[in-house]
Amino acid sequence: MLSQMLQFGFMQDALLAALAVSVLAGVVGYLLVLRAASFAGHALSHIAFAGASAALLAGWPPLPGMIGLPVLAGAAIGAIERPAGRRGGAAADVAIGLLLAASLAVGLLCLHFATGSVSAATSLLFGNILGIDRATLWVLCAVVVAALAGLAWMHRTLLFVILQPDLAEAQGVRVRLVWAGFMMLAGVAVAASAQIVGVLLTFALMVAPPAAAQRLTRHPRTGAAVSVALALAQCWAGLVASYLTDWPVSVWIVGFGVAAFVLAWAVGARLDRR
Amino acid sequence: MTDSPGEERAPQAGAAAPAAVEFAGVTLAHGRRRLVEDASFGLAQGAFVGLFGANGAGKTTLMRSVLGLERPRAGRITVFDAPARPGRAGIGILPQQRQWPAATLDLAAIALLEAAHPGQGPAIGAALDLVDGQALARRRLGALSGGERQRLLLAQALVGAPRLLLLDEPLAGLDPGAQVQIVALIDRIRRQLEATVLFSAHDLNPLLGVMDAALWIAARRVRLDAPAALLRADVLDGLYGARMQVISGEGRVVVVPAC
Repeated sequence: MLSQMLQFGFMQDALLAALAVSVLAGVVGYLLVLRAASFAGHALSHIAFAGASAALLAGWPPLPGMIGLPVLAGAAIGAIERPAGRRGGAAADVAIGLLLAASLAVGLLCLHFATGSVSAATSLLFGNILGIDRATLWVLCAVVVAALAGLAWMHRTLLFVILQPDLAEAQGVRVRLVWAGFMMLAGVAVAASAQIVGVLLTFALMVAPPAAAQRLTRHPRTGAAVSVALALAQCWAGLVASYLTDWPVSVWIVGFGVAAFVLAWAVGARLDRR
Repeated sequence: MTDSPGEERAPQAGAAAPAAVEFAGVTLAHGRRRLVEDASFGLAQGAFVGLFGANGAGKTTLMRSVLGLERPRAGRITVFDAPARPGRAGIGILPQQRQWPAATLDLAAIALLEAAHPGQGPAIGAALDLVDGQALARRRLGALSGGERQRLLLAQALVGAPRLLLLDEPLAGLDPGAQVQIVALIDRIRRQLEATVLFSAHDLNPLLGVMDAALWIAARRVRLDAPAALLRADVLDGLYGARMQVISGEGRVVVVPAC
Protein backbone atom coordinates (compact mmCIF):
# COMPACT_ATOMS: atom_id res chain seq x y z
CA MET A 1 0.00 0.00 0.00
CA LEU A 2 2.71 2.45 1.08
CA SER A 3 5.11 1.41 -1.67
CA GLN A 4 2.34 2.05 -4.15
CA MET A 5 1.84 5.52 -2.70
CA LEU A 6 5.57 6.28 -2.96
CA GLN A 7 5.56 5.55 -6.69
CA PHE A 8 3.60 8.67 -7.49
CA GLY A 9 5.83 11.59 -8.47
CA PHE A 10 3.52 14.15 -6.86
CA MET A 11 3.62 12.16 -3.61
CA GLN A 12 7.45 12.11 -3.62
CA ASP A 13 7.44 15.87 -4.18
CA ALA A 14 4.93 16.35 -1.38
CA LEU A 15 6.99 14.29 1.07
CA LEU A 16 10.12 16.27 0.16
CA ALA A 17 8.35 19.61 0.49
CA ALA A 18 6.99 18.54 3.89
CA LEU A 19 10.52 17.63 5.01
CA ALA A 20 11.96 21.00 4.01
CA VAL A 21 9.12 23.02 5.49
CA SER A 22 8.95 21.05 8.75
CA VAL A 23 12.59 21.74 9.59
CA LEU A 24 12.15 25.50 9.20
CA ALA A 25 8.65 25.74 10.68
CA GLY A 26 9.60 23.56 13.66
CA VAL A 27 12.56 25.74 14.63
CA VAL A 28 11.01 29.15 13.90
CA GLY A 29 7.73 28.16 15.55
CA TYR A 30 9.57 27.00 18.66
CA LEU A 31 11.31 30.36 18.99
CA LEU A 32 8.04 32.24 18.43
CA VAL A 33 6.32 30.21 21.14
CA LEU A 34 9.28 30.73 23.50
CA ARG A 35 8.84 34.46 23.17
CA ALA A 36 5.02 34.22 23.34
CA ALA A 37 4.86 35.83 19.89
CA SER A 38 2.78 33.24 18.06
CA PHE A 39 0.14 35.88 17.36
CA ALA A 40 2.65 37.86 15.32
CA GLY A 41 3.41 34.65 13.41
CA HIS A 42 -0.30 34.16 12.76
CA ALA A 43 -0.56 37.71 11.40
CA LEU A 44 2.36 37.03 9.04
CA SER A 45 0.43 34.15 7.47
CA HIS A 46 -2.47 36.46 6.61
CA ILE A 47 -0.01 38.90 5.12
CA ALA A 48 1.29 36.00 3.00
CA PHE A 49 -2.26 35.60 1.71
CA ALA A 50 -2.37 39.26 0.63
CA GLY A 51 1.03 38.89 -1.05
CA ALA A 52 0.02 35.77 -2.93
CA SER A 53 -3.30 37.28 -4.07
CA ALA A 54 -1.58 40.44 -5.24
CA ALA A 55 0.89 38.34 -7.22
CA LEU A 56 -1.98 36.42 -8.86
CA LEU A 57 -3.69 39.69 -9.77
CA ALA A 58 -0.46 40.87 -11.39
CA GLY A 59 -0.39 37.66 -13.42
CA TRP A 60 2.59 36.17 -11.57
CA PRO A 61 2.90 32.86 -9.81
CA PRO A 62 1.81 33.35 -6.17
CA LEU A 63 5.05 32.22 -4.47
CA PRO A 64 7.16 35.42 -4.82
CA GLY A 65 4.37 37.54 -3.32
CA MET A 66 3.67 34.94 -0.71
CA ILE A 67 7.26 35.05 0.52
CA GLY A 68 8.14 38.66 -0.22
CA LEU A 69 5.33 40.47 1.58
CA PRO A 70 5.58 38.63 4.93
CA VAL A 71 9.36 39.12 4.94
CA LEU A 72 8.88 42.89 4.59
CA ALA A 73 6.03 42.88 7.11
CA GLY A 74 8.14 40.75 9.46
CA ALA A 75 10.68 43.53 9.74
CA ALA A 76 7.91 46.01 10.59
CA ILE A 77 6.18 43.75 13.10
CA GLY A 78 9.52 42.88 14.71
CA ALA A 79 10.11 46.58 15.24
CA ILE A 80 6.79 47.21 17.04
CA GLU A 81 6.23 43.89 18.82
CA ARG A 82 7.16 43.74 22.54
CA PRO A 83 7.96 40.86 24.86
CA ALA A 84 4.92 39.60 26.78
CA GLY A 85 3.95 41.72 29.76
CA ARG A 86 5.90 44.79 28.68
CA ARG A 87 4.73 48.34 28.33
CA GLY A 88 3.34 48.85 24.82
CA GLY A 89 2.70 45.12 24.36
CA ALA A 90 -1.08 45.47 24.28
CA ALA A 91 -1.02 48.38 21.81
CA ALA A 92 1.34 46.42 19.55
CA ASP A 93 -1.04 43.44 19.70
CA VAL A 94 -3.91 45.64 18.51
CA ALA A 95 -1.77 47.05 15.70
CA ILE A 96 -0.76 43.56 14.61
CA GLY A 97 -4.38 42.40 14.76
CA LEU A 98 -5.51 45.27 12.54
CA LEU A 99 -2.69 44.49 10.10
CA LEU A 100 -3.93 40.89 10.01
CA ALA A 101 -7.52 41.91 9.21
CA ALA A 102 -6.44 44.48 6.63
CA SER A 103 -4.23 41.92 4.88
CA LEU A 104 -7.06 39.44 4.60
CA ALA A 105 -9.27 42.19 3.13
CA VAL A 106 -6.60 43.22 0.61
CA GLY A 107 -6.16 39.58 -0.37
CA LEU A 108 -9.90 39.20 -0.84
CA LEU A 109 -10.04 42.30 -3.04
CA CYS A 110 -7.13 41.13 -5.21
CA LEU A 111 -8.76 37.73 -5.72
CA HIS A 112 -12.04 39.45 -6.54
CA PHE A 113 -10.39 41.16 -9.51
CA ALA A 114 -8.17 38.24 -10.50
CA THR A 115 -9.72 35.64 -12.78
CA GLY A 116 -10.19 31.98 -11.89
CA SER A 117 -9.92 32.89 -8.27
CA VAL A 118 -12.11 30.36 -6.46
CA SER A 119 -9.80 27.34 -6.57
CA ALA A 120 -6.80 29.62 -6.10
CA ALA A 121 -8.37 31.05 -2.94
CA THR A 122 -9.08 27.61 -1.52
CA SER A 123 -5.55 26.37 -2.06
CA LEU A 124 -4.06 29.57 -0.62
CA LEU A 125 -6.26 29.40 2.46
CA PHE A 126 -6.18 25.66 3.12
CA GLY A 127 -3.06 24.48 1.33
CA ASN A 128 -2.46 22.22 -1.62
CA ILE A 129 0.60 20.14 -0.85
CA LEU A 130 -0.26 17.58 -3.52
CA GLY A 131 -0.30 20.29 -6.18
CA ILE A 132 3.27 21.48 -5.59
CA ASP A 133 5.19 21.34 -8.87
CA ARG A 134 8.90 20.68 -9.29
CA ALA A 135 9.81 24.34 -9.81
CA THR A 136 7.97 25.36 -6.63
CA LEU A 137 9.63 22.51 -4.75
CA TRP A 138 13.11 23.71 -5.66
CA VAL A 139 12.32 27.30 -4.82
CA LEU A 140 10.91 26.11 -1.50
CA CYS A 141 14.05 24.08 -0.74
CA ALA A 142 16.36 26.97 -1.64
CA VAL A 143 14.40 29.43 0.50
CA VAL A 144 14.35 27.04 3.46
CA VAL A 145 18.11 26.43 3.27
CA ALA A 146 18.79 30.16 3.12
CA ALA A 147 16.52 30.85 6.11
CA LEU A 148 18.12 28.02 8.11
CA ALA A 149 21.56 29.44 7.36
CA GLY A 150 20.38 32.78 8.71
CA LEU A 151 19.05 31.13 11.86
CA ALA A 152 22.28 29.18 12.38
CA TRP A 153 24.22 32.41 12.08
CA MET A 154 22.17 34.32 14.65
CA HIS A 155 20.95 31.55 16.97
CA ARG A 156 23.06 32.44 20.02
CA THR A 157 22.18 36.10 20.00
CA LEU A 158 18.59 35.24 19.22
CA LEU A 159 18.20 32.93 22.22
CA PHE A 160 19.77 35.58 24.44
CA VAL A 161 17.34 38.22 23.16
CA ILE A 162 14.32 35.91 23.50
CA LEU A 163 15.07 34.56 26.97
CA GLN A 164 16.77 37.55 28.62
CA PRO A 165 15.84 40.72 26.73
CA ASP A 166 16.90 43.05 29.56
CA LEU A 167 20.32 41.51 29.92
CA ALA A 168 20.87 41.42 26.18
CA GLU A 169 20.12 45.13 26.01
CA ALA A 170 22.50 45.85 28.89
CA GLN A 171 25.21 43.92 27.06
CA GLY A 172 24.85 46.28 24.14
CA VAL A 173 22.98 43.80 21.90
CA ARG A 174 20.69 45.62 19.46
CA VAL A 175 17.63 43.76 20.64
CA ARG A 176 15.12 45.39 18.30
CA LEU A 177 17.29 44.77 15.25
CA VAL A 178 17.87 41.11 16.10
CA TRP A 179 14.18 40.53 16.64
CA ALA A 180 13.20 42.29 13.41
CA GLY A 181 15.74 40.13 11.56
CA PHE A 182 14.25 37.01 13.09
CA MET A 183 10.72 38.09 12.18
CA MET A 184 11.82 38.37 8.55
CA LEU A 185 12.93 34.73 8.73
CA ALA A 186 9.57 33.97 10.37
CA GLY A 187 7.95 35.51 7.28
CA VAL A 188 9.79 32.95 5.15
CA ALA A 189 8.77 30.11 7.47
CA VAL A 190 5.12 31.17 7.39
CA ALA A 191 5.08 31.38 3.59
CA ALA A 192 6.67 27.94 3.37
CA SER A 193 4.18 26.47 5.85
CA ALA A 194 1.31 28.01 3.92
CA GLN A 195 2.45 25.98 0.89
CA ILE A 196 1.67 22.85 2.89
CA VAL A 197 -1.38 23.64 5.03
CA GLY A 198 -2.55 27.04 3.73
CA VAL A 199 -2.41 30.43 5.40
CA LEU A 200 -5.34 29.77 7.75
CA LEU A 201 -3.79 26.62 9.18
CA THR A 202 -0.12 27.59 9.59
CA PHE A 203 -0.71 27.36 13.35
CA ALA A 204 -0.87 23.59 12.87
CA LEU A 205 2.78 23.56 11.75
CA MET A 206 4.22 26.55 13.59
CA VAL A 207 2.50 26.42 16.97
CA ALA A 208 1.17 22.92 17.67
CA PRO A 209 4.55 21.08 17.35
CA PRO A 210 6.58 23.64 19.35
CA ALA A 211 3.89 23.92 22.03
CA ALA A 212 3.96 20.15 22.40
CA ALA A 213 7.78 20.07 22.39
CA GLN A 214 7.89 22.76 25.03
CA ARG A 215 6.02 20.49 27.46
CA LEU A 216 8.38 17.58 26.84
CA THR A 217 11.82 19.17 27.19
CA ARG A 218 13.54 21.70 29.44
CA HIS A 219 16.32 22.78 27.11
CA PRO A 220 15.79 25.08 24.13
CA ARG A 221 17.95 23.21 21.63
CA THR A 222 16.34 19.85 22.42
CA GLY A 223 12.97 21.58 22.28
CA ALA A 224 13.61 22.91 18.78
CA ALA A 225 14.70 19.44 17.63
CA VAL A 226 11.61 17.75 19.11
CA SER A 227 9.47 20.44 17.49
CA VAL A 228 10.97 19.69 14.07
CA ALA A 229 10.46 15.95 14.55
CA LEU A 230 6.82 16.44 15.52
CA ALA A 231 6.13 18.78 12.59
CA LEU A 232 7.64 16.27 10.17
CA ALA A 233 5.81 13.31 11.69
CA GLN A 234 2.56 15.27 11.50
CA CYS A 235 3.02 16.12 7.80
CA TRP A 236 4.09 12.67 6.67
CA ALA A 237 1.41 10.92 8.72
CA GLY A 238 -1.07 13.40 7.26
CA LEU A 239 -0.02 12.52 3.71
CA VAL A 240 -0.39 8.80 4.38
CA ALA A 241 -3.75 9.21 6.10
CA SER A 242 -5.00 11.39 3.28
CA TYR A 243 -3.87 8.80 0.73
CA LEU A 244 -5.80 6.11 2.59
CA THR A 245 -8.97 8.11 3.24
CA ASP A 246 -9.00 10.59 0.36
CA TRP A 247 -9.72 13.41 2.84
CA PRO A 248 -7.85 16.71 2.36
CA VAL A 249 -4.24 16.47 3.63
CA SER A 250 -4.51 19.64 5.72
CA VAL A 251 -7.34 18.14 7.76
CA TRP A 252 -5.12 15.24 8.82
CA ILE A 253 -2.07 17.42 9.48
CA VAL A 254 -4.09 19.69 11.76
CA GLY A 255 -5.73 16.69 13.43
CA PHE A 256 -2.39 15.03 14.18
CA GLY A 257 -1.03 18.38 15.41
CA VAL A 258 -3.85 18.81 17.90
CA ALA A 259 -3.56 15.18 19.03
CA ALA A 260 0.20 15.49 19.56
CA PHE A 261 -0.30 18.67 21.57
CA VAL A 262 -2.93 17.13 23.86
CA LEU A 263 -0.77 14.03 24.36
CA ALA A 264 2.28 16.15 25.16
CA TRP A 265 0.36 18.08 27.80
CA ALA A 266 -0.72 14.87 29.46
CA VAL A 267 2.84 13.52 29.42
CA GLY A 268 4.23 16.88 30.53
CA ALA A 269 1.88 17.01 33.53
CA ARG A 270 3.26 13.61 34.58
CA LEU A 271 6.86 14.78 34.19
CA ASP A 272 6.08 17.80 36.40
CA ARG A 273 4.79 15.64 39.23
CA ARG A 274 8.04 13.68 39.37
CA MET B 1 37.28 62.14 44.05
CA THR B 2 40.67 61.64 45.69
CA ASP B 3 42.64 58.42 45.63
CA SER B 4 44.11 57.34 48.92
CA PRO B 5 46.37 54.38 48.15
CA GLY B 6 47.52 52.14 50.95
CA GLU B 7 44.85 53.38 53.26
CA GLU B 8 42.50 50.73 54.59
CA ARG B 9 39.01 51.94 55.28
CA ALA B 10 35.59 50.47 55.70
CA PRO B 11 33.29 50.95 52.72
CA GLN B 12 31.36 54.08 53.45
CA ALA B 13 29.10 56.33 51.47
CA GLY B 14 30.71 59.53 50.32
CA ALA B 15 34.06 58.37 51.62
CA ALA B 16 37.25 59.46 49.93
CA ALA B 17 37.93 55.93 48.58
CA PRO B 18 37.76 55.59 44.78
CA ALA B 19 34.09 55.45 43.85
CA ALA B 20 32.65 52.52 41.89
CA VAL B 21 29.95 54.77 40.43
CA GLU B 22 30.15 58.55 40.23
CA PHE B 23 27.35 60.95 39.21
CA ALA B 24 28.32 64.56 38.53
CA GLY B 25 25.48 67.02 37.93
CA VAL B 26 23.33 64.38 36.22
CA THR B 27 19.85 65.10 34.87
CA LEU B 28 17.74 62.17 33.65
CA ALA B 29 14.46 62.45 31.76
CA HIS B 30 11.86 60.39 29.92
CA GLY B 31 10.67 62.46 26.99
CA ARG B 32 9.66 65.77 28.51
CA ARG B 33 9.32 64.41 32.02
CA ARG B 34 12.36 65.08 34.18
CA LEU B 35 12.96 62.32 36.69
CA VAL B 36 16.21 63.40 38.30
CA GLU B 37 17.84 66.83 38.32
CA ASP B 38 21.44 67.73 39.01
CA ALA B 39 22.35 64.57 40.90
CA SER B 40 25.89 64.33 42.25
CA PHE B 41 27.11 61.46 44.39
CA GLY B 42 29.65 58.65 44.48
CA LEU B 43 29.09 55.03 45.51
CA ALA B 44 32.08 53.75 47.46
CA GLN B 45 33.61 50.50 46.31
CA GLY B 46 32.34 47.52 48.28
CA ALA B 47 29.38 49.41 49.73
CA PHE B 48 25.87 48.03 50.01
CA VAL B 49 23.67 50.92 48.92
CA GLY B 50 19.87 50.87 49.11
CA LEU B 51 18.02 52.81 46.39
CA PHE B 52 14.60 54.15 47.34
CA GLY B 53 11.85 56.21 45.78
CA ALA B 54 8.14 56.10 45.07
CA ASN B 55 6.78 54.29 42.00
CA GLY B 56 7.87 56.11 38.86
CA ALA B 57 10.42 58.24 40.73
CA GLY B 58 13.18 56.96 38.46
CA LYS B 59 14.88 54.08 40.29
CA THR B 60 14.98 51.85 37.23
CA THR B 61 15.98 54.76 34.99
CA LEU B 62 18.84 55.59 37.34
CA MET B 63 20.07 51.98 37.15
CA ARG B 64 19.75 51.98 33.38
CA SER B 65 21.80 55.15 33.24
CA VAL B 66 24.62 53.41 35.14
CA LEU B 67 24.50 50.75 32.41
CA GLY B 68 24.70 53.43 29.75
CA LEU B 69 21.20 52.60 28.46
CA GLU B 70 19.81 56.03 29.37
CA ARG B 71 21.81 59.04 28.27
CA PRO B 72 21.86 61.85 30.83
CA ARG B 73 20.45 65.18 29.57
CA ALA B 74 23.21 66.87 31.53
CA GLY B 75 26.19 65.83 33.61
CA ARG B 76 28.52 62.83 33.60
CA ILE B 77 28.20 59.26 34.86
CA THR B 78 31.42 57.40 35.56
CA VAL B 79 31.66 53.69 36.32
CA PHE B 80 35.05 52.41 37.48
CA ASP B 81 36.76 55.55 36.19
CA ALA B 82 35.31 55.29 32.68
CA PRO B 83 32.15 56.82 31.20
CA ALA B 84 29.05 54.61 31.50
CA ARG B 85 28.26 52.74 28.29
CA PRO B 86 26.42 49.50 27.39
CA GLY B 87 28.32 46.23 27.37
CA ARG B 88 30.84 47.06 30.10
CA ALA B 89 32.40 44.02 31.76
CA GLY B 90 32.33 43.61 35.53
CA ILE B 91 28.70 44.63 36.05
CA GLY B 92 26.10 42.07 37.10
CA ILE B 93 22.44 42.97 36.76
CA LEU B 94 19.20 41.56 38.09
CA PRO B 95 16.42 43.22 36.08
CA GLN B 96 13.05 43.98 37.57
CA GLN B 97 10.82 40.91 37.73
CA ARG B 98 8.70 40.53 34.68
CA GLN B 99 5.99 38.19 33.53
CA TRP B 100 7.65 35.19 31.99
CA PRO B 101 6.08 33.68 28.88
CA ALA B 102 4.53 30.29 29.69
CA ALA B 103 6.99 28.51 27.39
CA THR B 104 9.96 30.02 29.20
CA LEU B 105 8.64 28.73 32.52
CA ASP B 106 8.88 25.23 31.08
CA LEU B 107 12.63 25.56 30.59
CA ALA B 108 15.23 24.51 33.13
CA ALA B 109 16.56 27.59 34.90
CA ILE B 110 20.06 26.76 33.68
CA ALA B 111 18.88 27.32 30.10
CA LEU B 112 18.39 31.01 30.90
CA LEU B 113 21.87 31.30 32.36
CA GLU B 114 23.39 29.57 29.35
CA ALA B 115 21.49 31.82 26.96
CA ALA B 116 22.90 34.90 28.68
CA HIS B 117 26.42 33.52 29.07
CA PRO B 118 27.09 31.17 26.15
CA GLY B 119 30.14 28.96 26.49
CA GLN B 120 30.83 29.97 30.09
CA GLY B 121 30.00 26.68 31.82
CA PRO B 122 32.59 26.94 34.63
CA ALA B 123 31.71 30.57 35.44
CA ILE B 124 28.01 29.62 35.52
CA GLY B 125 28.80 26.73 37.87
CA ALA B 126 30.75 29.06 40.19
CA ALA B 127 27.87 31.54 40.24
CA LEU B 128 25.38 28.77 41.04
CA ASP B 129 27.63 27.66 43.90
CA LEU B 130 27.53 31.18 45.33
CA VAL B 131 23.74 31.01 45.68
CA ASP B 132 23.70 27.27 46.45
CA GLY B 133 21.60 26.74 43.34
CA GLN B 134 23.19 23.78 41.51
CA ALA B 135 20.27 21.45 42.16
CA LEU B 136 17.60 24.10 41.54
CA ALA B 137 19.05 25.00 38.16
CA ARG B 138 18.02 21.67 36.62
CA ARG B 139 14.39 22.11 37.58
CA ARG B 140 11.64 23.83 35.59
CA LEU B 141 11.64 27.56 36.18
CA GLY B 142 7.86 27.39 36.69
CA ALA B 143 8.24 24.76 39.44
CA LEU B 144 10.40 27.01 41.64
CA SER B 145 9.15 29.22 44.44
CA GLY B 146 9.58 32.98 44.15
CA GLY B 147 12.60 32.96 46.45
CA GLU B 148 14.25 30.06 44.61
CA ARG B 149 13.70 31.71 41.26
CA GLN B 150 15.18 34.96 42.54
CA ARG B 151 18.25 33.08 43.77
CA LEU B 152 18.83 31.65 40.31
CA LEU B 153 18.34 35.00 38.63
CA LEU B 154 20.82 36.40 41.13
CA ALA B 155 23.24 33.64 40.12
CA GLN B 156 23.05 34.78 36.55
CA ALA B 157 24.02 38.29 37.67
CA LEU B 158 27.05 36.77 39.40
CA VAL B 159 28.53 34.96 36.40
CA GLY B 160 32.08 36.21 35.93
CA ALA B 161 32.34 37.57 39.51
CA PRO B 162 31.31 41.20 38.81
CA ARG B 163 32.57 44.14 40.87
CA LEU B 164 29.28 46.02 40.65
CA LEU B 165 25.83 44.54 41.18
CA LEU B 166 22.74 46.43 40.04
CA LEU B 167 19.71 44.74 41.59
CA ASP B 168 16.35 46.18 40.56
CA GLU B 169 13.74 45.36 43.21
CA PRO B 170 14.92 41.84 43.98
CA LEU B 171 12.41 41.58 46.85
CA ALA B 172 9.28 42.38 44.82
CA GLY B 173 6.63 39.71 45.27
CA LEU B 174 8.56 37.67 47.85
CA ASP B 175 7.18 36.64 51.22
CA PRO B 176 8.91 38.12 54.31
CA GLY B 177 10.96 35.00 55.02
CA ALA B 178 12.32 34.86 51.48
CA GLN B 179 13.05 38.61 51.60
CA VAL B 180 15.27 38.18 54.65
CA GLN B 181 17.08 35.25 53.05
CA ILE B 182 17.73 37.08 49.79
CA VAL B 183 19.08 40.17 51.57
CA ALA B 184 21.39 38.06 53.75
CA LEU B 185 22.56 36.10 50.70
CA ILE B 186 23.35 39.25 48.73
CA ASP B 187 25.19 40.75 51.69
CA ARG B 188 27.32 37.60 52.07
CA ILE B 189 28.10 37.45 48.36
CA ARG B 190 29.13 41.09 48.06
CA ARG B 191 31.66 40.54 50.87
CA GLN B 192 32.95 37.41 49.14
CA LEU B 193 33.29 39.20 45.78
CA GLU B 194 34.16 42.59 47.31
CA ALA B 195 31.49 44.00 45.03
CA THR B 196 29.54 47.24 45.24
CA VAL B 197 25.79 46.64 45.48
CA LEU B 198 23.06 49.03 44.37
CA PHE B 199 19.80 47.50 45.57
CA SER B 200 16.44 49.16 44.85
CA ALA B 201 13.43 48.48 47.05
CA HIS B 202 10.07 49.90 48.05
CA ASP B 203 10.22 48.83 51.65
CA LEU B 204 13.36 49.94 53.45
CA ASN B 205 12.83 47.71 56.51
CA PRO B 206 14.50 44.58 55.11
CA LEU B 207 17.63 46.60 54.30
CA LEU B 208 17.92 48.59 57.53
CA GLY B 209 20.48 46.41 59.29
CA VAL B 210 22.46 45.63 56.16
CA MET B 211 23.01 48.70 53.98
CA ASP B 212 25.98 51.02 54.42
CA ALA B 213 24.26 53.94 52.73
CA ALA B 214 20.92 54.97 51.32
CA LEU B 215 20.36 56.69 48.01
CA TRP B 216 16.90 58.16 47.59
CA ILE B 217 14.96 60.02 44.96
CA ALA B 218 12.25 62.45 46.10
CA ALA B 219 10.86 65.36 44.09
CA ARG B 220 13.56 64.88 41.40
CA ARG B 221 16.36 65.30 43.95
CA VAL B 222 18.78 62.49 44.69
CA ARG B 223 20.44 62.23 48.08
CA LEU B 224 23.08 59.85 49.33
CA ASP B 225 23.51 59.59 53.06
CA ALA B 226 23.88 57.24 55.99
CA PRO B 227 20.78 55.07 56.50
CA ALA B 228 20.05 56.94 59.76
CA ALA B 229 19.46 60.16 57.78
CA LEU B 230 16.62 58.42 55.97
CA LEU B 231 14.82 57.70 59.23
CA ARG B 232 13.66 61.25 59.87
CA ALA B 233 9.91 61.75 59.64
CA ASP B 234 10.11 64.62 57.13
CA VAL B 235 12.45 62.67 54.84
CA LEU B 236 10.23 59.58 54.93
CA ASP B 237 7.09 61.62 54.27
CA GLY B 238 8.73 63.12 51.19
CA LEU B 239 9.93 59.71 50.03
CA TYR B 240 6.62 57.90 50.34
CA GLY B 241 4.21 60.80 49.86
CA ALA B 242 2.42 59.70 53.04
CA ARG B 243 2.80 60.16 56.79
CA MET B 244 5.36 57.67 58.06
CA GLN B 245 6.40 56.71 61.54
CA VAL B 246 9.67 55.28 62.86
CA ILE B 247 9.27 52.75 65.64
CA SER B 248 12.28 51.52 67.60
CA GLY B 249 12.52 48.85 70.23
CA GLU B 250 14.41 45.67 71.08
CA GLY B 251 17.44 47.05 69.26
CA ARG B 252 15.59 47.37 65.97
CA VAL B 253 14.07 50.16 63.94
CA VAL B 254 10.98 49.74 61.76
CA VAL B 255 9.31 52.21 59.43
CA VAL B 256 5.53 51.99 59.07
CA PRO B 257 2.74 54.22 57.73
CA ALA B 258 1.35 56.43 60.47
CA CYS B 259 -2.39 56.21 60.83
